[in-house]
Amino acid sequence: MQNLYLLVPVAPLIGAVAAGLFGRQLGRTWSHRITIAMVAVSFFASVAIFRDVVFGGHAFNGAVYKWLTSGETSFEIGFLIDRLSAMMMLVVTFVSLMVHIYTIGYMEEDTGYQRFFSYISLFTFSMLMLVMSNNFMQLFFGWEAVGLVSYLLIGFWYTRPTAIYANLKAFLVNRVGDFGFLLGIGLILMVFGTADYAAVFAIAPNHANDLAPIPGVSWNMMSAICILLFIGAMGKSAQFPLHVWLPDSMEGPTPISALIHAATMVTAGIFMVARMSPLFEMSDTALSLIMIVGAITALFMGLLGIIQNDIKRVIAYSTLSQLGYMTVALGASAYSVALFHLMTHAFFKALLFLAAGSVIIGMHHDQDIRNMGGVRKYMPITHWTFLIGSLALIGFPFLSGFYSKTSILEAVEASHLFGSGFAYVALLLGVFVTAFYSFRLYFLVFHGEERFGASQHDHQGDHADEEVSSDHHHGLAPGEKPHETPWVVWLPLVLLAVPSMIIGYIAVEPLVFGNFFRDAVYINSEHYHALKHMLDEFHGPGAMALEDLESLAFWLAMGGVASSWFLYMKRRDIPQKLSQKFGFIYTVLDNKYYFDRFNDWFFAGGARGASRFLWKFGDVKLIDGLMVNGTARLVGLFSGVLRRFQTGYIYHYAFSMIIGVFVLLTIRNWFE
Amino acid sequence: MIFGFPVISVAIWLPIVFGLLVLATGNDRNAQLARVIALLGAVLGFLVTIPLYIGFDKMTSAMQFVEMYDWIRRYNIHYHVGVDGISVLFVLLNSFFTPLVVIAGWKVIEKRVAQYMAAFLIMSGLVNGVFVALDAMLFYVFWEAMLIPMFIIIGVWGGPNRVYAAVKFFLYTLLGSLLMLVALLYLYYQSGGSFEILDYHQTAIPMTAQMLVFVAFFMAFSVKVPMVPVHTWLPDAHVEAPTGGSVVLAAIMLKVGAYGFLRFSLPIVPDASHKLAGVMIALSLIAVVYIGLVALTQSDMKKLVAYSSISHMGFVTLGFFIFNAYGMEGALLQMISHGFVSGALFLCIGVLYDRLHSRQIADYGGVVNTMPIFAAFFMLFAMANSGLPGTSGFVGEFMVILGAVKANFWYAFLAASTLVFGAAYTLWMYKRVIFGAVASRNVAELTDIGTREILVLAILALTVLAMGVYPLPFAEIMHTSVNDLLVHVARSKL
Repeated sequence: MQNLYLLVPVAPLIGAVAAGLFGRQLGRTWSHRITIAMVAVSFFASVAIFRDVVFGGHAFNGAVYKWLTSGETSFEIGFLIDRLSAMMMLVVTFVSLMVHIYTIGYMEEDTGYQRFFSYISLFTFSMLMLVMSNNFMQLFFGWEAVGLVSYLLIGFWYTRPTAIYANLKAFLVNRVGDFGFLLGIGLILMVFGTADYAAVFAIAPNHANDLAPIPGVSWNMMSAICILLFIGAMGKSAQFPLHVWLPDSMEGPTPISALIHAATMVTAGIFMVARMSPLFEMSDTALSLIMIVGAITALFMGLLGIIQNDIKRVIAYSTLSQLGYMTVALGASAYSVALFHLMTHAFFKALLFLAAGSVIIGMHHDQDIRNMGGVRKYMPITHWTFLIGSLALIGFPFLSGFYSKTSILEAVEASHLFGSGFAYVALLLGVFVTAFYSFRLYFLVFHGEERFGASQHDHQGDHADEEVSSDHHHGLAPGEKPHETPWVVWLPLVLLAVPSMIIGYIAVEPLVFGNFFRDAVYINSEHYHALKHMLDEFHGPGAMALEDLESLAFWLAMGGVASSWFLYMKRRDIPQKLSQKFGFIYTVLDNKYYFDRFNDWFFAGGARGASRFLWKFGDVKLIDGLMVNGTARLVGLFSGVLRRFQTGYIYHYAFSMIIGVFVLLTIRNWFE
Repeated sequence: MIFGFPVISVAIWLPIVFGLLVLATGNDRNAQLARVIALLGAVLGFLVTIPLYIGFDKMTSAMQFVEMYDWIRRYNIHYHVGVDGISVLFVLLNSFFTPLVVIAGWKVIEKRVAQYMAAFLIMSGLVNGVFVALDAMLFYVFWEAMLIPMFIIIGVWGGPNRVYAAVKFFLYTLLGSLLMLVALLYLYYQSGGSFEILDYHQTAIPMTAQMLVFVAFFMAFSVKVPMVPVHTWLPDAHVEAPTGGSVVLAAIMLKVGAYGFLRFSLPIVPDASHKLAGVMIALSLIAVVYIGLVALTQSDMKKLVAYSSISHMGFVTLGFFIFNAYGMEGALLQMISHGFVSGALFLCIGVLYDRLHSRQIADYGGVVNTMPIFAAFFMLFAMANSGLPGTSGFVGEFMVILGAVKANFWYAFLAASTLVFGAAYTLWMYKRVIFGAVASRNVAELTDIGTREILVLAILALTVLAMGVYPLPFAEIMHTSVNDLLVHVARSKL
């Protein structure tokens, strides 16, 4: 079995190396064959491991090799295979496999074909190292490695200025999160003396009430550690205020938006907090913070989705919002629920992105939804799968997203932590918002009049960062109709639509209420009541869906769908009027609450200004000008004065000698 | 010695002898011969150091492969050499880089080839001498002698402003070392007439004298590291130096200063070291943060990497003066990794400079379109410079940050800012040079790197990755010596 564990991450790595280093020799076909085969191997191995762990009851925690020793600590590369990692491995490899297949169609015309396959396989490897890790050091390795691949893939079309701006931004914002994350890991290592999860979790309860070893402040240590770790999660999972990189990451090709920026990498933060549940359970402060941050993200990022006109950006804001939902669930100690939503979201959001990509192919790389409409006739498979994805996203009963989202709402409702009331309201409003922007997108793309082929791609009204794909903006020629995409593209859609529909119904009982994760997540008895309460109310998945028909959330979602239908199908003139009437709100939303502008001005501009000042003043003026060259000048000055005495005239020297003798004699007489 | 074979002496003198041989080939008519002899000498010079690693006994902190002969009997000066867990890796690092530098300069240097190659070979031997000398006078001779080839390399093959840079480099480093000489003479008398460095480790020294000795050593070593505020010679020297000079300067020369702190300051004057640790830590953190910021807006690639070097070396001195195993081993690993990474970055800049004769970031843009293989290598080294896990750049920084958390959380807080700054200045430069559409006709006409350049960069790339994925072989060799040093430093010598 241990060899099988090793095979899971190593197989995609082999594929990545093969396609990356020998892509030219292998050619396109062999490059995608090898990488897909390797990811398939990884997927089937994950299935076998999942069966072994869940039904065979096996678990594994051990080292592969020793990475480094120092002091009394030794750092190892190792795997922790339990139900949590087994589930994550399954989700990651499955979505990755779908995306690999899809890429054959999507990147068909791209010159960087092999490079793309190499990157996504490398990503799969990194993500698997992250989820399979049994220690903090390797976690950080995977954490940064997925960040690297994300950086490479956002900037995949490296000639586009917007893409290479977005990837640098993504990397740096993530690094801000990692700054906290690394300090958190540092504290853990120093306090507990080990990087191993199991050992840390075993020792941690003894330190529940310790003060953090941070001079000058008296913070509870577990709170400090958890908040630092969560800062890392805020970066990776794009939580407010470190969310700014995710919408821009849409500059990358669509397959990676599905794989990295929706299904897997951005959920790493959620996974990490769930993995660290024994630590987070010791700090109500941290949990409250998590809940509030998540709630802000869930509601306010959803609102931004309403006014976006780029098909991918709408889904990107939806991802931000859904990540907020997961984060709130973590804050409510409903780790299993957060992970459940992580899984369902991985399926339906990957589906939505890939379906959007299919639409984009059909529209010849025009991403502006104002140029679409009525596409359902021409792309039926894409249409139906997209609809399934949207329904799952808004939490329509019996679909996968319904079970996870409803569970989150129940968990938050039952939570007593500070901030849970706010979070609950925010999430409820978020349900309406989600339904509204999702179906606005759906109606504008698939229904209504056909606005494509009109050849005037009016981008004047767009904001600067939406002009993006200018050099990829082909669009349909006048009179041209979109076509359904080839099977390599629609097959993954169908394969993802299946779990998007049924996985919730199947998994809600074991995953949320059946103690599926066992020891992998820990909830302390004080926080357990929320889940307990839900457990008491639960009477099977069917009943859960039927009961929901009477709930507020369901009617909010329906209200969202209805109002988007009204505004974007029935009375298309109203949105225009609304945006004029509420110009202020529209402007704020349009500028994404001015976060980007503030960051550019304050952080990026501030750092550049400080840099120039320190360099010009500190290094050039002060050190070099005053001290170094100043010393040289001083020496020059002295020697200039001294030189005057070296006149070369005998009588000058004789005169000074006489004066000197006089002085010396005088001094001598003085002292005698 | 192994089986009576004086490994260390060979490591010092073989490159020097080959250097003299290369010089003997005379003028540029025999340039090809000079190159071949130089490569042979450099490769042999590296091969002979490998027994130092293989035959190294990890269980002892005592000096190994020791050779000792009388030199100047009247003053009790010996030719005494040996390595321990702290110095052995630097001998290997230095000898490893010499063939790379020779290959890198193979085609580019067309004038005074023999002299160029000879300067590097001789310098390689002298630097090895610095790392292995156990006699203070021998150390001092190597220490000063090593300046001469570097001075010549910058002054002869350097850029337009080379004379200013060479003189600045020379004066800066010489001034510092003169004070060290005074300190060594004091120690000679204090220890009762010995120039043995290991004797100094045991010599009791009163507090005031310790402070003065520390300051004297500090003047010598901090200039070489370089630490803020005596760092401004480095950007100038780098900018003017030819590629090979920059590589050796960054990869090897900077390490000599840091090594001096470990071999002299900490063990000889431990009480003063503890007393002044706060100052040293402050200077180190200033280097990390202040220089990290300064690097951000540099418009000259070499200057940027030079500032990045100063910032990274801040981690080294920080690691030394927080006095724990994580910090010290992290600092040593950082020194080695920085050797690989900064050397590789200067080679990359050299590749571009050879083609366009410009180091200005603004003159490039979209290089990836014409040089994709080069861009891939450059990416790897840029990421290593940003401290990405899986590359060597991560290991040392990670360990030093851990050590800093142990010493004082706020040190770590400031040091960890490099996660953002380091990535910002490196990747911003990368973006402006490599990414984007082809920016000019010059860039459009670039040719990708050839076999010779690929060979050099691939060797470094593999090393950087290997050290990132499996740093244990680098670390375990130093454990005993580092632990011993930490115990030693903790003991008062008043």
